[in-house]
Amino acid sequence: MHALNVDYMLSLTPILLSYLPLTLGMASLGMVLALVLASLLAVIRVSRVVILDPLARLFISFFRGTPLLVQLFLFYYGLPQFLSFLVSINGVTATIMGLTLHFSAYMAESIRAAIVGIDRSQSEAALSIGMTHAQMMRRIILPQATRVATPTLMNYFIDMIKATSLAFTLGVTELMGATQKEAASSFLYFEAFLVAAIIYWIVVELLSQLQKWLEKRLNRAYQR
Amino acid sequence: MIALEGITKRFADHTVLDGIDLSLERGEIIVVIGPSGTGKSTLLRCVNFLETPDAGRIQVGDLQVDATHASRDDILALRRRTAFVFQNYALFAHKTALDNIAERMIVVDRLSKSDAHDRAREILERIGLADKADAYPASLSGGQQQRIGIGRAMAAGAEVMLFDEPTSALDPEWVDEVLTLMKQLAAEQQTMIVVSHEMQFAREVADRVVFMEGGHIVEQAPPETLFTNPQDERTRSFLRKVLAGNGPAAP
Ligand SMILES: Nc1ncnc2c1ncn2[C@@H]1O[C@H](COP(=O)(O)OP(=O)(O)O)[C@@H](O)[C@H]1O
Ligand SMILES: [Mg+2]
Repeated sequence: MHALNVDYMLSLTPILLSYLPLTLGMASLGMVLALVLASLLAVIRVSRVVILDPLARLFISFFRGTPLLVQLFLFYYGLPQFLSFLVSINGVTATIMGLTLHFSAYMAESIRAAIVGIDRSQSEAALSIGMTHAQMMRRIILPQATRVATPTLMNYFIDMIKATSLAFTLGVTELMGATQKEAASSFLYFEAFLVAAIIYWIVVELLSQLQKWLEKRLNRAYQR
Repeated sequence: MIALEGITKRFADHTVLDGIDLSLERGEIIVVIGPSGTGKSTLLRCVNFLETPDAGRIQVGDLQVDATHASRDDILALRRRTAFVFQNYALFAHKTALDNIAERMIVVDRLSKSDAHDRAREILERIGLADKADAYPASLSGGQQQRIGIGRAMAAGAEVMLFDEPTSALDPEWVDEVLTLMKQLAAEQQTMIVVSHEMQFAREVADRVVFMEGGHIVEQAPPETLFTNPQDERTRSFLRKVLAGNGPAAP
């Protein structure tokens, strides 16, 4: 046992922080893509679109039913073998793809639940003024469902940030990968991973604050 | 001209509307009365396909729609020529008063946002809520919400406005302001079908009162005639019940 090497931790902090943009970048892009895909899946499910609905159900079932790590390996190692034009897919792309597909399956279910929970009077009013089904979804139902689903979706975003650490298994040097490398050369594993943990922790705490603020803002229209 | 012909609606094996015929001239105002559960709401909802009729024809102006062969476009066209005012207001909860009224003009009529907002402001002026443009529904009284519901219907410039018990969800204190607004529309020759048990309103405003029961139109006549000299025993018995609890409106 040795005393905690605080100097090492302080000097490591800026190095690890320089990998934070990649971590947050992968999570943010993954989140945006997952939101789009999840909304689409949710609308398909709610509207019971022919042919697409069973496919959406299958998609959701698969991506919720298998571990994210297995999915990442499937895309990174498996896909190039299967689709020969993808000679290789880089680790960052595979990670974003995996995060997008995996989380979109979960998010689709929360968006769907939020849509179903919107009072029927809202869709009837939308139809009564002559909106098409798509206009009703886009302008009336989805914005209201978003408010309901936002707290849950923010939790998924937080999960997604933490899940980017799996990218290191695909050889991506993001926050986790960088920590692993630094620790391997200094042998100060405890210090190195403690710094990494604290960085993740602070990021998540900041997001929780944002989440509270966002919820307040979204509820503004509903204040009496 | 609005004409309903043979409108029939069944829920499972329960026939709620049994071949309803009803027509209105432009500018005419009809008040529909009848016991609850008799199909009044369903009739209004069939007119703009919130319910799909099982049979019948609907004509609004030069648009003819056969219920059994209605295409998507027919239904949209029909909804764009009619406007619905809901019992529970059904304002878009995430939109301000102004946006509730402007929404249709932006999305359906494809007005620019600024034109739509200008027109929505005029409507807010007419319904006496100019100062509530930026208020959200949850912060408004029932009476104010329903006036905005009517304002949203006014934005349609519809050939006929359909009112489904517009005051029956309101606390008594808010009823008058809504009825006053409806009278104002009546004075402007807006064609309307109003389901309501506000007998005084019917008396003052309706050109014709229609009494419905059991999915049929039992009797229809100008209000004075129907209220003072109802022909059918079912009408008499219904009026006795309603007017008993409606002191000043009694004949
Ligand atoms: N969506 C529905 N499914 C099944 N039955 C319905 C539905 N809507 C209305 N009904 C039935 O149709 C009848 C007429 O209802 P409604 O038109 O609301 O009557 P009113 O407006 O005259 O009170 C009632 O018996 C009601 O239970
Ligand atoms: Mg009713």
